[in-house]
Amino acid sequence: MAQHSDPVLHVDNLSISYKVGRRWIPAVRDFQLEVCPGQIYGVVGESGSGKSTAAAGIMRYLPANGRIEPGSRVAFLGEDLAPKSRRAMERIWGAQMGLVPQDPGGALNPSIRVGEQVAEILRRHTTLDRAAARERTVEMFRRVQLADPDALLTRYPHELSGGMQQRVLIAMSLATSPRLLLLDEPTTALDVTTEAIILDLVRNLIAAEGAGAIYVTHNLGVVAQLCERVVVLYAGEIMEDATVAELFAAPRHPYTIGLLNSIPRLGQTKRDAALQAIAGRPPSLAELPRGCVYAPRCPLAIEICRTKPPLEAPAEGRLVRCHRWQEIARGEVSLREQAQAGIEDAAPVTGDREELLEVTDLTKHFPVQRGLRNILRGEHPAPVRAVDGVNLGVQKGRTLGLVGESGSGKTTLARVIIGLTDRTGGEIELMGIDVPGTVRDRDKSTLAQLQMVFQNPQNSLNPYLTVGQALRRPLIKLAKVAPDAVDAEIRRLLTEVNLRPEYADRYPGELSGGEKQRVAIARAFASNPALILCDEPVSSLDVSVQAAVLNLLARLQAEHDTSYLFISHDLAVVGYLADYLVVMYLGVIYEVGYGSDLFRPPYHPYTEALVSAIPRPNPDAHSARVRLSGDIPSPRDIPTGCRFHTRCPHKVGAICEQEEPPWRDDGSGHFIRCHRELWDLAERQQATRIEEED
Amino acid sequence: MTRFILRRLVFFVLTLFITSVLVFALTRILPGDVARVLLGREASPEAVQAKREELGLDKPLAVQYVNWAGDFITGDWGTTYSTPREDIRDLVIQRASNSARLAALTLLIAVPLSITLGVIAGLSEGRFADGAISILTLSVVSLPEFVTGLFLINTVALGWGDNPIADRLGWFPASSAIRADASFSEALPAMWLPAVAATLVLLAYIVRLVRAGVIEELKKGYVRTAVLKGLPYRVVVVKHVLRNALIPTVTVIATSTGWLISGMVVIESVFSYPGLGRLLINNAIDNRDLPLIQAIVMLTVAVILIANFTADLLYALLNPRIRLE
Repeated sequence: MAQHSDPVLHVDNLSISYKVGRRWIPAVRDFQLEVCPGQIYGVVGESGSGKSTAAAGIMRYLPANGRIEPGSRVAFLGEDLAPKSRRAMERIWGAQMGLVPQDPGGALNPSIRVGEQVAEILRRHTTLDRAAARERTVEMFRRVQLADPDALLTRYPHELSGGMQQRVLIAMSLATSPRLLLLDEPTTALDVTTEAIILDLVRNLIAAEGAGAIYVTHNLGVVAQLCERVVVLYAGEIMEDATVAELFAAPRHPYTIGLLNSIPRLGQTKRDAALQAIAGRPPSLAELPRGCVYAPRCPLAIEICRTKPPLEAPAEGRLVRCHRWQEIARGEVSLREQAQAGIEDAAPVTGDREELLEVTDLTKHFPVQRGLRNILRGEHPAPVRAVDGVNLGVQKGRTLGLVGESGSGKTTLARVIIGLTDRTGGEIELMGIDVPGTVRDRDKSTLAQLQMVFQNPQNSLNPYLTVGQALRRPLIKLAKVAPDAVDAEIRRLLTEVNLRPEYADRYPGELSGGEKQRVAIARAFASNPALILCDEPVSSLDVSVQAAVLNLLARLQAEHDTSYLFISHDLAVVGYLADYLVVMYLGVIYEVGYGSDLFRPPYHPYTEALVSAIPRPNPDAHSARVRLSGDIPSPRDIPTGCRFHTRCPHKVGAICEQEEPPWRDDGSGHFIRCHRELWDLAERQQATRIEEED
Repeated sequence: MTRFILRRLVFFVLTLFITSVLVFALTRILPGDVARVLLGREASPEAVQAKREELGLDKPLAVQYVNWAGDFITGDWGTTYSTPREDIRDLVIQRASNSARLAALTLLIAVPLSITLGVIAGLSEGRFADGAISILTLSVVSLPEFVTGLFLINTVALGWGDNPIADRLGWFPASSAIRADASFSEALPAMWLPAVAATLVLLAYIVRLVRAGVIEELKKGYVRTAVLKGLPYRVVVVKHVLRNALIPTVTVIATSTGWLISGMVVIESVFSYPGLGRLLINNAIDNRDLPLIQAIVMLTVAVILIANFTADLLYALLNPRIRLE
């Protein structure tokens, strides 16, 4: 069986450049990799690291301004791809090499039925006729666990959920049994529950097919759970290459160490320790540092790092590009000493503080337009019940974390509280005073007290205003700062969010994503608000930048005694920052507790599914597999009884379908709304307990 | 889908009603007494009064409108004021069918040509073919129709006139003044040049639209998926890209049919082609022939509305995201 272990892909010395203006920008330099059958190889990096470019180069599919430099070698099944013509590649693409792309919605043709989109690849590369191709398509749909595969053939992509679309694409790429599969961030656009299912699927299918796979991602958790080997890219160069077990247990490169330290682990909270952020930002590929590309951000950089470090092999099957890897390996230098203590105000959340925001019976229903048929029959179609009776409170100076899948209503809830959307019913009180419906009806002092940080700083900052101008408005209008004091205030705000005062004159276009989000945070803090709503504030940022922003949020909260309502799909992030936690499903809250309740049972069965779905950055952590079947139901057609009963792994029986579950209380302030008793849940959920990670 | 069609139909009827009121009001607001216009300045007041009663002009406006609209719907469009007093319905329908022929021929030339050029330009964005096609079509569209029309007459009709093939076929006559009731095969030779002139007007619009559509669709993720399925480039373009890129184009073509049938006043005049546009200018407006103006305008409105309705329908049919809502 020696032939079996021959590598599917052998990449050596791969360099790729893009022509920008008149210059060739080297996006990937000296990339190498060897993928064996049945192996999943992770390619990890932040945006701009060249990970997607490397994948595109391997497939020989670069944009018109890209070129593979001479000397690069991509051997696929023993054949060099470099001299192959486009026509020759067309016989390899789809037949022996498949791609599962990042954005499943955009990757399917919107006006062709999904069955045909899969069948056409079979007709192209196999001798199957129309009927046989159709049959094989149904079989593939079944293998990727799509329900009702026959009916699916004639559906259009927009009729499917994101998870279903991604399964269609996986079915498509595996239909011809290719030898190599490239997966380019295939789960980044999906919910964590869906992601977990897709990852299981990929793992099993790759094992069954014996194909080699390259998994491109920014998520170290996914790598830990899925891959056998991993290569870490930074600014277009390999920093480190190892088996997953070695990389997570004993990283050798300061960048890898920095990345691993910057991710909040499940179980870690802001009171334990500040996250270890990597300072600075990745270099522009057009102006790479002369020596080690990571040296400007590296806390261990010394004189020698101004020269280019070679790619060395500390052991068989390991690569590292660092002058000081031996010292790191021997433990002579460590990044740990840079670790900061946690937030000083580390009083445990035992003592409740006064309620700042109180939301009572809040509902938001979006009416559905009546069609002709409804009018003729005198019907009123069911509204979209996005938020359907929510009660919650945020205490002074505390963080309330809000989690749930997309479609759970968490963003609508935030928009109603901040006043961007009118509410259907219920009350919002801020410091005991009733808050009217929309921003239009609220007075200046309420606006000043309630601020928001949005998910995407790209869109939430006006590109035509300088940072200073963006900060000036809330300072004058809401904080009533005297005109001659405004400039000083702008400088103070920028310093607070760790930006130099010169940034006041810059436009958002000149800033990186992390810097923009800092400006957005400074703007939210300008009016010295009592409460800031943070809607996924770090989810669009790179891992190394995310940590710094989370630290910033924690520090500003401690300094200003500000409350946060913090919405995130990333449970580790919420667990890190939140004092209290609320879990929302289909417009209703199913669990209320302390942030740390995320890490030990009992949970609501839905929370349990969310927790166990997280791909954890620890290859040894084999969390119990609680996988939800199906997608979240439509908020127009909410299940009766417990809304979660259609997907619940711990369903009791008919009672769950008929009766709303009661709130159960463990006496310490942890509430779960379930038909099962808390001890019952705790017993069933032992396997999902999160052991302490360091 | 049915809901979509029904809504469009209601909209269609409503628009037609509003325009009919406007057209009716217009002829009544205009200064001058219709009866006097008809009878001439010398007519006696009694004769004028009698004529007014005959025409129903003494009744309230609402009644007059209902009578007029009722007659129009039942097919009684009246006779022309100017002599010889012809039946308006026969006259208008005959001219309209001439216009429709010309429109059909124009579309037959313009659509394949402009889509081909647009796709070539889009696929070769920023390269020579793209530049050449864009410059060519844009410079043609900047010329008014009477210039291109006269140019075609001068070069093709007069310049190539001695060409034996053209002679044999009788193609490219300098004047397209055919008998209004000529059969299609009789009319065809005379229609080539006006059709080419109209094509030149449409060409740049459609080419630009197709080009933009192709460029936009080529950037979409599904194109990468299709290429990396190993499909030949031709299949990627024809099966995957064009299906989406041509959706806006199809609706614009359908909409432009309205203009082709009723708006080619200049081209019909330059080539003396007996279409609806020339009927409006030469017979109706020049003679202040109100019933004729009304009939032509109403027909024009109906044609344009039907064209837009068809465009909406096609858009929905081609776009599954709308079709299923």
